[in-house]
Amino acid sequence: MVLSKTSSESDVSVHSTFASRYVRTSLPRFKMPEESIPKEAAYQIINDELMLDGNPRLNLASFVTTWMEPECDKLIMASINKNYVDMDEYPVTTELQNRCVNMIAHLFNAPLEENEAAVGVGTVGSSEAIMLAGLAFKRKWQNKRKQEGKPFDKPNIVTGANVQVCWEKFARYFEVELKEVKLSEGYYVMDPKKAVDLVDENTICVAAILGSTLNGEFEDVKTLNDLLVEKNKETGWDTPIHVDAASGGFIAPFIYPELVWDFRLPLVKSINVSGHKYGLVYAGIGWAVWRSKEDLPEELIFHINYLGADQPTFTLNFSKGSSQVIAQYYQLIRLGYEGYKNVMENCRDNMIVLKEGLEKMGRFNIVSKEDGVPLVAFTLKDHTNFDEFQISDLLRRFGWIVPAYSMPPDAQHITVLRVVIREDFSRTLAERLVADVEKVLHELDTLAARIRLISSTSNVTISEEVVKNNGQVVATKKSALETQREITAVWKKFVLERKKLNDKMNGVC
Amino acid sequence: MVISSTVTHPDEQRQSITCTFASRYMRDPVPKFKLPESSIPKDAAYQIINDELMLDGKPRLNLASFVTTWMEPECDKLIMDSLNKNYVDMDEYPVTTELQNRCVNIIAHLFHAPIGEEETAVGVGTVGSSEAIMLAGLAFKRKWQTKRKAEGKPYDKPNIVTGANVQVCWEKFARYFEVELKEVKLTEDYYVMDPLKAVEMVDENTICVAAILGSTLTGEFEDVKLLNELLTIKNKETGWDTPIHVDAASGGFVAPFLYPDLEWDFRLPWVKSINVSGHKYGLVYPGIGWVVWRNKDDLPDDLVFHINYLGSDQPTFTLNFSKGSSQIIAQYYQFIRLGFEGYKNVMENCLENTRVLKEGIEKTGRFKIVSKDIGVPLVAFSLKDSSQHTVFEIADHLRKYGWIVPAYTMPADAQHIAVLRVVIREDFSCSLAERLVSDIVKVVNHLDTLPSALSSKSAHVAVIASETSKEVKKDITETQAEIARYWKKLVDGKRVGAC
Repeated sequence: MVLSKTSSESDVSVHSTFASRYVRTSLPRFKMPEESIPKEAAYQIINDELMLDGNPRLNLASFVTTWMEPECDKLIMASINKNYVDMDEYPVTTELQNRCVNMIAHLFNAPLEENEAAVGVGTVGSSEAIMLAGLAFKRKWQNKRKQEGKPFDKPNIVTGANVQVCWEKFARYFEVELKEVKLSEGYYVMDPKKAVDLVDENTICVAAILGSTLNGEFEDVKTLNDLLVEKNKETGWDTPIHVDAASGGFIAPFIYPELVWDFRLPLVKSINVSGHKYGLVYAGIGWAVWRSKEDLPEELIFHINYLGADQPTFTLNFSKGSSQVIAQYYQLIRLGYEGYKNVMENCRDNMIVLKEGLEKMGRFNIVSKEDGVPLVAFTLKDHTNFDEFQISDLLRRFGWIVPAYSMPPDAQHITVLRVVIREDFSRTLAERLVADVEKVLHELDTLAARIRLISSTSNVTISEEVVKNNGQVVATKKSALETQREITAVWKKFVLERKKLNDKMNGVC
Repeated sequence: MVISSTVTHPDEQRQSITCTFASRYMRDPVPKFKLPESSIPKDAAYQIINDELMLDGKPRLNLASFVTTWMEPECDKLIMDSLNKNYVDMDEYPVTTELQNRCVNIIAHLFHAPIGEEETAVGVGTVGSSEAIMLAGLAFKRKWQTKRKAEGKPYDKPNIVTGANVQVCWEKFARYFEVELKEVKLTEDYYVMDPLKAVEMVDENTICVAAILGSTLTGEFEDVKLLNELLTIKNKETGWDTPIHVDAASGGFVAPFLYPDLEWDFRLPWVKSINVSGHKYGLVYPGIGWVVWRNKDDLPDDLVFHINYLGSDQPTFTLNFSKGSSQIIAQYYQFIRLGFEGYKNVMENCLENTRVLKEGIEKTGRFKIVSKDIGVPLVAFSLKDSSQHTVFEIADHLRKYGWIVPAYTMPADAQHIAVLRVVIREDFSCSLAERLVSDIVKVVNHLDTLPSALSSKSAHVAVIASETSKEVKKDITETQAEIARYWKKLVDGKRVGAC
């Protein structure tokens, strides 16, 4: 509690915030202000600036949950001041994490005994989970190589070029080489055969994605497993698999239960899933689960002795809030299997509504598959007059945030628009989006026609303008061709700039 | 939104009017290992979880932690509103991204980073000091490797020099990023890193020396200025250019307000990066830390991922990707709400309440104060006489009154010293301090009436042994040794990880 000076200025207590001087002064941006300001003013100033942020629920770019029930919001606010890492002081919260880990491990068919505790941990997101899993693989591989007396300084990991940016981060920060299986037009996920070909003695693991970021496809983990089993038999390298189920982990078990992708496959040693995607929790929670104790090298684990029992911890972050762990547990017991199944089925149905609506316009190719993460990725059939980036820009005017991305190598010439269907994207919103896409197309068509019109009329007027002044040309003398070229150049520059923008940004999830 | 099936069964119909505690959900065992098959109403889910959580400790009475446990309701409101914003969507939430940048600049200026008037600082918001330290360490490691490669020398054995009093996240960094940790051992009465010994340990493989501003155990500030001077001399001799990192997790938001003349930050030329926890004396709820680099050259570009948003370059260097935006907004709120004078007032209050607590504890005559006056506002104290009872027993008994006061043993080479530590946070008022003192007095008096756990057991066994030499095979020394081993295990087992 701040000891406020007794204020003699009438501003503070009498004037309404918008009548006070605080809304007249400019906010500090580089240095801490000298004086305090009243809390109402601070609240109002920040709240008002934040109005200019996008509306999270209309952000169709993101998989991350944007709505939870008010009861859960209440639990979140009540635990916002609990530091998760104080396990000694908050034993119940710690136990809730353990329960979540167990539930998720069982959901993924981890081979556990009746009352055996699962091996896993809650993280801040799939990035941390992936780094932990990768670290475990790296250490295990190094130990094995040291024992064999072989060099262990060049570890690598095999993935598809469609991996999310956190794999590149892992590779760069933990000094592991990333061997990427290139994509090709029409095949936007990792080809299991090519992946297994790339595996060598320095490969610490092969990472498959359940729910590719760009088009929501599930990679064929089963085929990967089968091919890798054969290769391992030949080579004796025992290369394991990690499944990045960041999006798919909370989808497949509910609407594709017969799809074999998890611990039912013997070479799958660890799985990560984002609690904040289809786990239906706000941003800030992910889970990493290992098959068994053997897959997590003991030397990486820090043991905290609390309440007389051993609490092993393996995380990169230390202090962090407890709210999301509690929210995850809430969702797991509130919804249960049937609840999650209902939500995913709704998402799937709404995805089909959107997909069919877009197909009916006849202007788009649908790039995403129906089986996979509920999202619709689509490209324009015809790029002569405008492209996907322009559609994305104009949709913003209606309030929708629909991102446009170019595919990774070797399919960089393909650009897609991608709409993610989350829990809170109802059918009415889907129909409205379809209507707005039509409006945008119409507007872009009209604009293109107008440009053609302008360039053809300017042909007439400009040839009449020839202004000279002592040999110096004062007014610009452009021919129709030059004008057209100029216009195309402007659009091209605009498009390329957006392309550059999105090329580097292939990290958004 | 879950599509509920249309209710037809009479039991289910009654469901909607039945009060939660009258419903069957209060009778069913709570799911622990497997996902339950069916859904339950949201009120039941809320109640079940809320009720279990009542058995957690009270955050505001958790005197073990530096981490903030109270914020103004206006800030809570901002936090609620931004719970569903994924911070990493910079394109979609440009204002939130800008608030982070503003915070980085404010903190960099607070630490006297040598940047021009309108030049942007180099830094990033993290989930906590652990992530911040890993990023800073990674930057040092990469810079050192690049330098060694250019010199054609081996770069496979990097090490980092710190005191044995470092927080556990440095050990994590060392273990996960394959850097050797060279620890300067402590001694009795000197519980921080000795700059002289630290500089002696520096060799050509040292990527940096890490000094702590606000040691976890005693709150002391290490002498960064002296370290800088000694390192300047050594660097001149060796040409290794070993840099300094200051772990100001706790002290970073204390020193500038209470001890502005203390030189510990970028004013010292060898300090290349600093981390601070927003969720400690930055006065924000758990989940926010900051790391700032002196300038662009101290952050190798190949570690930075560039995201082009709104036409300008937004460099990012974090371990975590998706995370909530709430704490960043809360940090900015605190900066503009409190300003320099506000933070100064809060710290001065903390200091004053520390003094009240310290004097109250000293007056009992039973304790020795281990923490210093200058440092993070906390009181660490040990028992003058540990023969009858230990600080661990005091900690246990204080729980009865609701207080969570942790007891720790010092790291090597002072493991025989055990302390109780009370952290004075913003929300620990003078009345609470006085109440704590009186409760400590009650506990100490109560323990005086109890026989010592050690002496009573051995006496008891001695009696039995002399009577029934057949059944009891253990003799007195063995029992005493067993008891000592038990306590030692209990003591050793307490990881000094909590902050």
